[in-house]
Amino acid sequence: MTTSGTPLLTVEDLRVTFPTRTGEVQAVRGVSFTLGRERLGIVGESGSGKSQTGRAIMGLTPPHAKIAARKLAFGDRDLLAMPKSERRELRGKKVAMILQDPKYSLNPVMTIGRQIVETLKTHEKVSTAEAKARALSMLEAVQIRDPERVFDLYPHEVSGGMGQRAMIAMMLVCGPELLIADEPTSALDVTVQLDVLSILDKLVAERGMGLIFISHDLRLVSSFCDRVIVMYAGKIVEELPSANLADAKHPYTRGLLNCLPTIGTDRHPLPVLDRKREWAL
Amino acid sequence: MTSAVSIRDMVVIYNDFAALNHVSLDVGAGESFGIVGESGSGKSTLLRAISGLASFDQGTLTVNGRSYSGRHRDKAFYRTVQMVFQDPYGSLHPRQTVDRLLLEPLLIHGFDDIEARISRALDEVGLGSGFRFRYSHQLSGGQRQRIAIARALILEPKILLLDEPTSALDASIQAEILNLLEQARRDRNLTFVMVSHDLGVISHMCERLAVMRQGEVVETVPAKALEKREFSADYTRRLLVASEGFRRG
Repeated sequence: MTTSGTPLLTVEDLRVTFPTRTGEVQAVRGVSFTLGRERLGIVGESGSGKSQTGRAIMGLTPPHAKIAARKLAFGDRDLLAMPKSERRELRGKKVAMILQDPKYSLNPVMTIGRQIVETLKTHEKVSTAEAKARALSMLEAVQIRDPERVFDLYPHEVSGGMGQRAMIAMMLVCGPELLIADEPTSALDVTVQLDVLSILDKLVAERGMGLIFISHDLRLVSSFCDRVIVMYAGKIVEELPSANLADAKHPYTRGLLNCLPTIGTDRHPLPVLDRKREWAL
Repeated sequence: MTSAVSIRDMVVIYNDFAALNHVSLDVGAGESFGIVGESGSGKSTLLRAISGLASFDQGTLTVNGRSYSGRHRDKAFYRTVQMVFQDPYGSLHPRQTVDRLLLEPLLIHGFDDIEARISRALDEVGLGSGFRFRYSHQLSGGQRQRIAIARALILEPKILLLDEPTSALDASIQAEILNLLEQARRDRNLTFVMVSHDLGVISHMCERLAVMRQGEVVETVPAKALEKREFSADYTRRLLVASEGFRRG
């Protein structure tokens, strides 16, 4: 659907505002970027607006929040102008989102198989038998060894890593063009994280999707993505290719890179971020 | 080196599941000892069994020269051993002010000079008296964890049990809290037993560490050995690889 020249996603001056009793809270304050069929990382700490940026693109901003943008377009379709029904059609079909914790983002009273079939049947006219076959092959694609068995399990019956694989399967079964992954591995054990990431990596590459990878972990994002956007207080403070992370200029980015304890470095005390007021202006 | 905490063949069984399976450890006085492992490895259960939050079914526990069993701990134990939990949102009473949170342990243990102790405790964790009459929901995650540390330190314990004290925090806040803990340890000559899934954090904070898996200690190594890769268990190697992040290929 994207004609050559039109990026997969265009975000221009995106603003998300939440009204509260004490006035408006601006979660996202003028974020702009374009995305092709590439991997883009959005990094920031809690409250930086990284998740709200992802949710705004997905159309999952809470109804009481205000959303404004000079342009928010998927290909050449204007996301903010289109009716809700059209947005819903897009969501899950063309744009999909992986959330942080499979314990909370999967439906607890539906088997994993039924949830995947439901996604498929919502967006495509397929027979039950075909839907099941596609769900099973998708489970296989996320390297679940015994897809037939897992198909009939409830989310609480599988481990976190398995749940997250099921989540990835569900999101990719309709073949989306854009995938937003919001902290997809933060709730998983360290050794499982790598397995899930490499599955995600392989599928994104094979299917030529655009990926937005949202995380607090700058190192992880830079090892996974082509390009990284660093957010602070609702704004983009720096954008740079992952390979040039060491050349980061903004003191916030450098601070984030520096403050992690690593094996083999002996720094006592650890450098801490000296937050400057002007960063948040 | 005298032992601050000594554990021999500790077994904790939940229903039919052995959460701890014959675990033995020695933590020297003044040492900082780390425990790493994945969820379900028993690392938190071990801390809970030491602190009396979980009962252990077999084995012995000696803390500062005194033996304890089951889950009964006397007042003297809690004067010696205090704990800081992972989730600062869940470990502070939501309807008590910071002042009240810090007052309670002082009253229980019959401390005098309460006023001065509370303000000193707040100063020590870098919060100042402006925070004294706030509720925990009026604090950020990092500030809450500082309060939890102040609450633990206010009884002047000798041993601090730290259960993933920074894993719920942002990276920059984590650095601040780790620095604070190290400072407190230096000033008070504390013994740390610190649990984390993050090898980087453990190797930064601890002199020795135990790697746990499925309720057992896989191996105990000096933190320096991680750097030089001088360890024997394959599982330790896997944890180390995982901590180095994602690599394509």
